[in-house]
Amino acid sequence: MTPLLSVQGIRKTYGFRIGCTDVGFDLYPGEVMGIVGESGSGKSTLLSCLAGHLTPDQGSVVFDTRAEGPRDTVTMSEPERRMLGRTDWAFVHQNPRDGLRMSVSAGGNVGERLMAVGARHYGQIRETATDWLGRVEITEDRIDDRPRAFSGGMQQRLQIARNLVSGPRLVFMDEPTGGLDVSVQARLLDLLRGLVREMGLSALIVTHDLAVVRLLAHRLMVMKSGRVVETGLTDQVLDDPQHPYTQLLVSSVLQV
Amino acid sequence: MIELRDVSKSFTLHNQGGAVIEVMRGASLKVAPGECVALTGESGAGKSTLMRMIWGNYLAASGSIMVGTTDVARAEPREVLALRRETLGYVSQFLRVVPRVPTREVVAEPLLALGRSSDEALGRAEALLERLNIPRTLWGLSPTTFSGGEQQRVNIARGFAHAFPALLLDEPTASLDATNREVVLALIEEAKARGAAIVGIFHDEEARGRVCDRVVDVTRFTPARAA
Repeated sequence: MTPLLSVQGIRKTYGFRIGCTDVGFDLYPGEVMGIVGESGSGKSTLLSCLAGHLTPDQGSVVFDTRAEGPRDTVTMSEPERRMLGRTDWAFVHQNPRDGLRMSVSAGGNVGERLMAVGARHYGQIRETATDWLGRVEITEDRIDDRPRAFSGGMQQRLQIARNLVSGPRLVFMDEPTGGLDVSVQARLLDLLRGLVREMGLSALIVTHDLAVVRLLAHRLMVMKSGRVVETGLTDQVLDDPQHPYTQLLVSSVLQV
Repeated sequence: MIELRDVSKSFTLHNQGGAVIEVMRGASLKVAPGECVALTGESGAGKSTLMRMIWGNYLAASGSIMVGTTDVARAEPREVLALRRETLGYVSQFLRVVPRVPTREVVAEPLLALGRSSDEALGRAEALLERLNIPRTLWGLSPTTFSGGEQQRVNIARGFAHAFPALLLDEPTASLDATNREVVLALIEEAKARGAAIVGIFHDEEARGRVCDRVVDVTRFTPARAA
């Protein structure tokens, strides 16, 4: 099987400081990988490099495109990369305001992604938008409200609907449940898990919440000071951590 | 079906002065299809450690752990994931689920993960819940609020939803009343009859005597005692 995403030797520095270095992994279709580590460990820098928001200093990010097979997204042209960002890729930001258009209605936010890939029929766009709002548990009567009128949890769910409506194959998520209260978090986890299973999505999830990755991620990558210190099956890394830093991380979690 | 050869395990506690604790050495075990092997030994002897190494959430330091054609000790994460989806089932002592997911779906999930239709998966889940005497009124609720015994039974239903060719059972009859214990033992006997290889930990001696063909005392794999 061809990996959906094959990452090799990614390095990004900010002046003399290392953002991340020597990162490499393969992600296969249907796999969810969690990237954990403390603040400043380089996980968000890495995610931005992979998603094309930052240009890495070194390394390659090879994505298995639908039309042309494996292509290095670091060296592809900007329009091509943007096209990927609208179609096969989705990026869920930690702060929903970064991923939504706050002055456009909820339906418009979802519809915009569809129009970006060529949908023009208003009735169909609205129908698909309504369907997706329903899937993320936003009722139909809120479709014309602006996200500003939504709670934080609703905004996050709207962001997910906006991202997934175009049927991406790879979703990047930066702390998707950060800042949400636990009941909303649980609802979101359930939603994401169902979508991963039904749509065969692959996902990269950056988080510092180990409980979230245990329930959501198949595999785990642990980062510290810009480097990957441990990788493996999620329950293996959490139950039998090998690296000193991972042991510290796991033993620092409060038991609930 | 399950074959361990010369497996050893040690824990290095980096945050406690780098202490190295050797917990297992030279563990070997062979379980044929249709056979049930009980692991025995006192608390701390390494029964659960051995079981977790077969499941793959503990890394073996050396040796090989074959389940079907996969060597869990060396396999890539996605190979272990495929193994857990298709071949190897595990009934742990504790239920770990996404909050808010209804019991019916928790039990059906292993089948849905295999791509079975939702009708088939839910039908099988409901049949198992019925058999394990989980009241129908609870099927639509999340098991997180259930009693210990109910959670245990949900866990068992989930573990038996798919007819795994290899099964790991950690105290499957603990905290169950006589009726439900009987149901679980019958499920184990049926799994054996269809050719499943089973490794189990049973503190319940009578249950062990009834379903297990052999007993392996893990104390003989414990280095401190052997020395």
